[in-house]
Amino acid sequence: MTEQTLQVEILRYRPETDQDPAFQTYTVPYRDDWVILDALNHIKDNIDRTLSYRWSCHMAVCGSCGMMINGEPKLSCHAFLRDYYPNKVRIEPLANFPIERDLVAVTDDFMEKLESVKPYVIPKQERAVDDGPHLQTPAQLNAFKQYTMCINCLLCYAACPQYGLTPNFVGPAALALAHRYNLDTRDAGREQRQEIAASNEGVWDCTFVGECSQVCPKSVDPAAAIQQTKIASTIDWYKALLNPWGKR
Amino acid sequence: MSRKPYLRKMPKSWWLAQRRYTSYMAREMSCVFIGAYSVLIVLGLYRLSQGRAEYGAFLEALQSPPSLVFHAAALVFALIHTVSWFSLAPKAMPLQIGEKKLSGGPVVLAHYAVWVVVSAGVLLVARI
Repeated sequence: MTEQTLQVEILRYRPETDQDPAFQTYTVPYRDDWVILDALNHIKDNIDRTLSYRWSCHMAVCGSCGMMINGEPKLSCHAFLRDYYPNKVRIEPLANFPIERDLVAVTDDFMEKLESVKPYVIPKQERAVDDGPHLQTPAQLNAFKQYTMCINCLLCYAACPQYGLTPNFVGPAALALAHRYNLDTRDAGREQRQEIAASNEGVWDCTFVGECSQVCPKSVDPAAAIQQTKIASTIDWYKALLNPWGKR
Repeated sequence: MSRKPYLRKMPKSWWLAQRRYTSYMAREMSCVFIGAYSVLIVLGLYRLSQGRAEYGAFLEALQSPPSLVFHAAALVFALIHTVSWFSLAPKAMPLQIGEKKLSGGPVVLAHYAVWVVVSAGVLLVARI
């Protein structure tokens, strides 16, 4: 019996030789328990050692292997060949980011934006170790737990046309993480984060396409976080208008 | 080695690339029809203020074929607008009772319930 195979079309870009990216087709063995990442590893190990892509855990935890698969942002370790077979699969680097090489995207912009929203607990006052743990009830934890699941895989940025059209937009994952810390009862840093989160480039650049939440492999739902931040920021604005002398 | 990152341009037809993007654009487009219909109502009020004959002429103009086409399109887009926004409402209004996060169903149902009540109220006022 002849071996079943699958054609994989990959967008290649080698900055030292290529002016523009171009597709290159490879034929890989088809296995129904293989994911796209297995096919890429097969190409790298057996066909073309020059192919570049990022990956690490192979189990949808590290968030490194995000790419466009047939035009949809997906983790390549989370996309089975059997869902595409026998049709040709087209693989491109994450949309809306510059290409460093082949399937490797330049993600510096996201890193800067993530840092700008201070994604860590900013306590009201420093606690000493002797003060003991900062207790939180399960209900308080559940209010923000889903947003802690973000693995920074950037599928949401690749899915967001608003980020593609308006590169200054802070974007879904960073805003979801800002919301996550704002909802945390141990945190008192909301006012600091609002400078970025409630700005035009923050939540107000979002037009609620909602695609970020559709493609999120961890069900973080950044679209929900952004809409909730919009409501909270609007309430702030009305409070300041009605009581200009009050504490913001 | 120097870097040479390549930035791909977003095609103008991005919103046709995927069905979900297209329905998002339909929702965005609905505001044009909602806005135009609001202008039409304001125009009707203005004609009413001018007198019975002018208002009668306005009502007659509403029955012309282009006006009927516009009304049909406005109705379709108003429905797209309403249904799509109602279905998104739970994202902005998360429900949590104690430890448990609730599904968005009740929020969507509440929106439809308010819609029915308000519509019934408007019809009632119109009959008086």
